[in-house]
Amino acid sequence: MAYKIIASQCTGCSACEPECPNVAIREKNGVFLIDPKKCTECLGHFDDPQCLAVCPVELTCVIDTAYPRYVVPA
Amino acid sequence: MFLAYGWATDKIFCANLTGGKFMQSTTAEVGIQEVKPLDQLLEKIAEHKGCGTSSEGGKASCGSSGGPADMAPEVWEKVKNHPCYSEEAHHHYARMHVAVAPACNIQCNYCNRKYDCANESRPGVVSEKLMPEQAAKKVLAVASAIPQMTVLGIAGPGDPLANPAKTFKTFELIAKTAPDIKLCLSTNGLALPDHVETIKSFNVDHVTITVNMVDPEIGQHIYPWIFWKNKRITGIEAARILTERQMQGLEMLTAAGVLCKINSVMIPGINDKHLVEVNRAVKSRGAFLHNIMPLISAPEHGTVFGLNGQRGPTAQELKALQDSCEGDMNMMRHCRQCRADAVGLLGEDRSAEFTTEKIDGMTEVVYDAATRKAYQELVEAERTEKVAAKEAAMADLDVTDIKIMIAVATKGQGRVNEHFGHATEFQIYEVGSGGSKFVGHRRVDLYCQGGFGEEETLPSVVKAINDCHAVFVAKIGGCPRDELKAAGIDPVDRFAHEFIEESAITYFKEYFSRVCAREIVHQDRGDADIRQGAYIAAA
Repeated sequence: MAYKIIASQCTGCSACEPECPNVAIREKNGVFLIDPKKCTECLGHFDDPQCLAVCPVELTCVIDTAYPRYVVPA
Repeated sequence: MFLAYGWATDKIFCANLTGGKFMQSTTAEVGIQEVKPLDQLLEKIAEHKGCGTSSEGGKASCGSSGGPADMAPEVWEKVKNHPCYSEEAHHHYARMHVAVAPACNIQCNYCNRKYDCANESRPGVVSEKLMPEQAAKKVLAVASAIPQMTVLGIAGPGDPLANPAKTFKTFELIAKTAPDIKLCLSTNGLALPDHVETIKSFNVDHVTITVNMVDPEIGQHIYPWIFWKNKRITGIEAARILTERQMQGLEMLTAAGVLCKINSVMIPGINDKHLVEVNRAVKSRGAFLHNIMPLISAPEHGTVFGLNGQRGPTAQELKALQDSCEGDMNMMRHCRQCRADAVGLLGEDRSAEFTTEKIDGMTEVVYDAATRKAYQELVEAERTEKVAAKEAAMADLDVTDIKIMIAVATKGQGRVNEHFGHATEFQIYEVGSGGSKFVGHRRVDLYCQGGFGEEETLPSVVKAINDCHAVFVAKIGGCPRDELKAAGIDPVDRFAHEFIEESAITYFKEYFSRVCAREIVHQDRGDADIRQGAYIAAA
């Protein structure tokens, strides 16, 4: 139920952090990290996942296949 | 004809080039009670479609090479020691950028957002980003070490207004600890309308907006996407929103009395013909200065343009475009397209002396305002001397249509004071009957490394200044001297340490008299290269 940021590709530009409606993004060791427990893939908030929309590096903010996709509670 | 809205100008110097005559317009004397406050002046400029100077058939000398006689006193006060807003000032005053703004809200095809190459020298590229508190400390350290540093700019590495908290926090800290330093900011304009009031409240009196197009059909080839109202928008729609916001922001800034420079990247085949329209559009909205810069593009930069083989303009293409916009608006020609962490005089890079490590290592940085003021007074005296020398040299300058370009190796202060082999750039001056004018610069790889000339780099230096008739240096070795002569460029060291413009005019007088005596035939030089590759030499 989450996006993840591929750390080796992250430039640490910080554009994603303030955009997350769930405050799921924080900085660690110069790059940014999404808390998979908080990420709702922006469902219920925005049409586009915000971190993905603003990330300047292609294929860096991606669906984390280690987790099931987020489902909006009924 | 010139317009003076209560400007206490002494005289406007108009060169009527078609007739080869000088035409001095009559003096406008204005009573003190008629001088209006700056905001009202700038509003009037915007209403009357921009800077109102014009002259019959010729050009007004109101480029960024303008002096106190060419603009209102309040405006001159704001630009006289800003190295970017005044070409003259850039020989004497330094600026620094602090890289506190890493996030960006758009993507441009000429920018690679991975910024960790210390050898590349282009905007959007930086080695270390800074927190506002670190930036404030750095500014104090630099200001004390470089007393002629007058401007602190926030330009990136992303967009300052996409990081408003960090940007304005930095301004707040600097305004408190170093109130004599001018604050400056450079933006793509998307978020600008939301922040004009804050900009004004911090007394930021210089803002640059990068405007590459006013036509979204053209913009779609430059901007792959923007992040707007929580969506990534692409194509013509993205470009349309961007240009609307840029124009709106520009109008708001002008109305608020903030001096606005417009940066445009010239991209051959995409916006090179279009920039004339951009020039008109920004002028009519009150922009003070237009800076048209060459696209820097090579595959190793990893930008879309670089990888797609989009080339930058040649020196002549760039100059021709700048010349064609000159009569309508102040043009800036001396931009060095510096990094978001640049420090020093334009054209020199002292950022290695002030790395984060070094700054963090400084226990206490004392801001020495008195020394700074004293130093700047010395600089002003030197500058007045330089201007006087130029005026003196202009006497008995014959009238002719011939113009030549001269490359100059210089360390600053407006003097011919650099060794040919140590020059990392050459300043280019155009000289003719109208006097001498700075028209650009050419970056070159270091020719002289460790005392021995590098054979590979000399040909590239010659290519970079190929459109010049002469090169002024403080000193030059025998081998480069011969190569330059063979290429038709006169290597000149007899003006070592003299003022550049005075020397250029003297040289031109000699050149012209030799042409008249039929000793030499005047021929136009060819075109020259603008260096595209990454900067090879280490700091």
